[in-house]
Amino acid sequence: MANSEATEKRRGFFANLERHATEEPSPAAKVYVYEAPLRLWHWVNALCLVVLCVTGYLIGKPPPSVGGEASFSYVFGYIRLVHFAAGQILMVAFIYRLAWAFLGNHHAHQLFLTPFWSPKWWGEVFHELRWYFFLEKVPKKYIGHNPLAQFSMFFLFLLPLLNGIVTGGALYAEGAGTDSWWFSAFGWVFSVYGDSFSVHTIHRITMWVITCFAMVHVYVAFREDIMSRQSLVSTMVSGWRYFKDDRE
Amino acid sequence: MRDAKTFYEVFREQGISRRSFNKFCSLTAASLGLGPAFAPRIAHAMETKPRTPVIWMNGLECTCCSESFIRSGHPLASDVVLSMLSLDYSHVLMAAAGHQAEAALEETRRDHAGKYILAVEGNPPLNEDGMFCIVGGRPFIEQLQEMAEGAAAVVAWGSCASNGCVQAARPNPTQATPIHKVIKGKPIIKVPGCPPIAEVMTGVLTYMLTFDRIPPLDRLGRPEMFYGQRIHDKCYRRPHFDAGQFAEAWDDEGSRKGYCLYKMGCRGPTTYNACSTVRWNDGVSFPIQSGHGCIGCSEENFWDNGPFYDRLATVHTPLGVESNADRIGTAAAGVIGTAIAAHAAASALSRARKKPGEYATSDQ
Repeated sequence: MANSEATEKRRGFFANLERHATEEPSPAAKVYVYEAPLRLWHWVNALCLVVLCVTGYLIGKPPPSVGGEASFSYVFGYIRLVHFAAGQILMVAFIYRLAWAFLGNHHAHQLFLTPFWSPKWWGEVFHELRWYFFLEKVPKKYIGHNPLAQFSMFFLFLLPLLNGIVTGGALYAEGAGTDSWWFSAFGWVFSVYGDSFSVHTIHRITMWVITCFAMVHVYVAFREDIMSRQSLVSTMVSGWRYFKDDRE
Repeated sequence: MRDAKTFYEVFREQGISRRSFNKFCSLTAASLGLGPAFAPRIAHAMETKPRTPVIWMNGLECTCCSESFIRSGHPLASDVVLSMLSLDYSHVLMAAAGHQAEAALEETRRDHAGKYILAVEGNPPLNEDGMFCIVGGRPFIEQLQEMAEGAAAVVAWGSCASNGCVQAARPNPTQATPIHKVIKGKPIIKVPGCPPIAEVMTGVLTYMLTFDRIPPLDRLGRPEMFYGQRIHDKCYRRPHFDAGQFAEAWDDEGSRKGYCLYKMGCRGPTTYNACSTVRWNDGVSFPIQSGHGCIGCSEENFWDNGPFYDRLATVHTPLGVESNADRIGTAAAGVIGTAIAAHAAASALSRARKKPGEYATSDQ
């Protein structure tokens, strides 16, 4: 073990980034990949996103009106409260996740750092695409994300999530007031996207991008769990990646 | 123009009583959110300071700003502020015409260089060398930049000057451009709205003339005291919003009961203006109070963020098909859902066609 750590150091950070993101020909039968703090983030984040998408949809398209005096009900207020609470939990969780990218094992920064410079990595992105189009019969083995998954995680999850966080923060800042710290932190969003209404539109499109991502993400996780050569779904529960065969 | 009369002297010459003058000062202090202690300071400034000339220029616009301005709710305010203005040059209100008027403008520029306030209504179109708006035989853009050069500060009246407004709507054939993009190095105060509220206009000018500085501005350059909050934040229908009570049609029960117009596309939640507090026509009403949603006329892009009666804006997709965020989203989710189902079926089939154990042993 000490020996492999020394090799790791000698290679350098970027070479390791490429190595961890590409095929692992003969891994051990099982590898501990996702540490507990990371798994906790994954499920908190997933729960927050479900709550945010449902309440967010209702904020844009409110349910039918309630009757009676306005002072007797607070339906829309509660929908917004849940949305804001989930959004703020998601933001804190994201900061925690960013910190974990530095503190955790080398799989923890895979979400943020993609080896776009590596031809080997790109080759495996296309190999994985061919696997999904039934053009490859045997998938490769990966301890972390496969290259196509990493690519999608970056463009269809990480960037939309960041966009959702900053536009959401900006919209919340409007309610908190232009003299609030929220506005100091997120007011710049209006310089980027323009008026408040456009920011609302972009925030809603972001919701749909994340919804589409989640659909594909869940499908692919189950499919890979069945069809690929490694465990997927249970890995995000236990943290252990199991390999189904010991061939190259 | 060359006199060094104070504001107060000018007011008295116009037959305004001392009592009316004091009323104006305290009303102005209140509308600027300054508190009672500031009324005497406004009065003092007006009694001692020589009046600052204000030049009012009109570019590509509809004159609704001028129309709003001269109807400033408090009758005294309109009298008073009109006497502050240099009427040597204002398309709508000046007596002079033709070469005489242009000469007066040139005179102000020369004699009060660096001292006058330039108020701009409308904006310059830049396409075809500015030929879409000609003033005195020259493109408006030239006159605007010339006058801005010698101004102490520039006030952008209305959405035209501040944001571009309807003449800048997609595809903007004349290339109408808000003035902050063509005037450099001068403080610009944006007073957006189509038109802005009369009392907001007179309030901003009074602040500048009496305190000799520009009012505190937000990050978009609008005076904070009038544009610091959204219409929604101070709307009298807000309790219905929080309760979840919405009008669903213009003639339904909710509409009659005065429920929130959010579902009818009201832009109150995204519009920074003072309509729900200052209101219009001497505080009589404002759009939401009269049963129609806000259209967000003081916001950038309101002209392209339609339709006005829908919560979600039209999104122009690359294919040229107009849609909105939810329609695009449900279509995308539908396509992806179908693709997932098809792919899952194909995956199951390819797995079933393999002999058991084949995959685990053969190495292709």
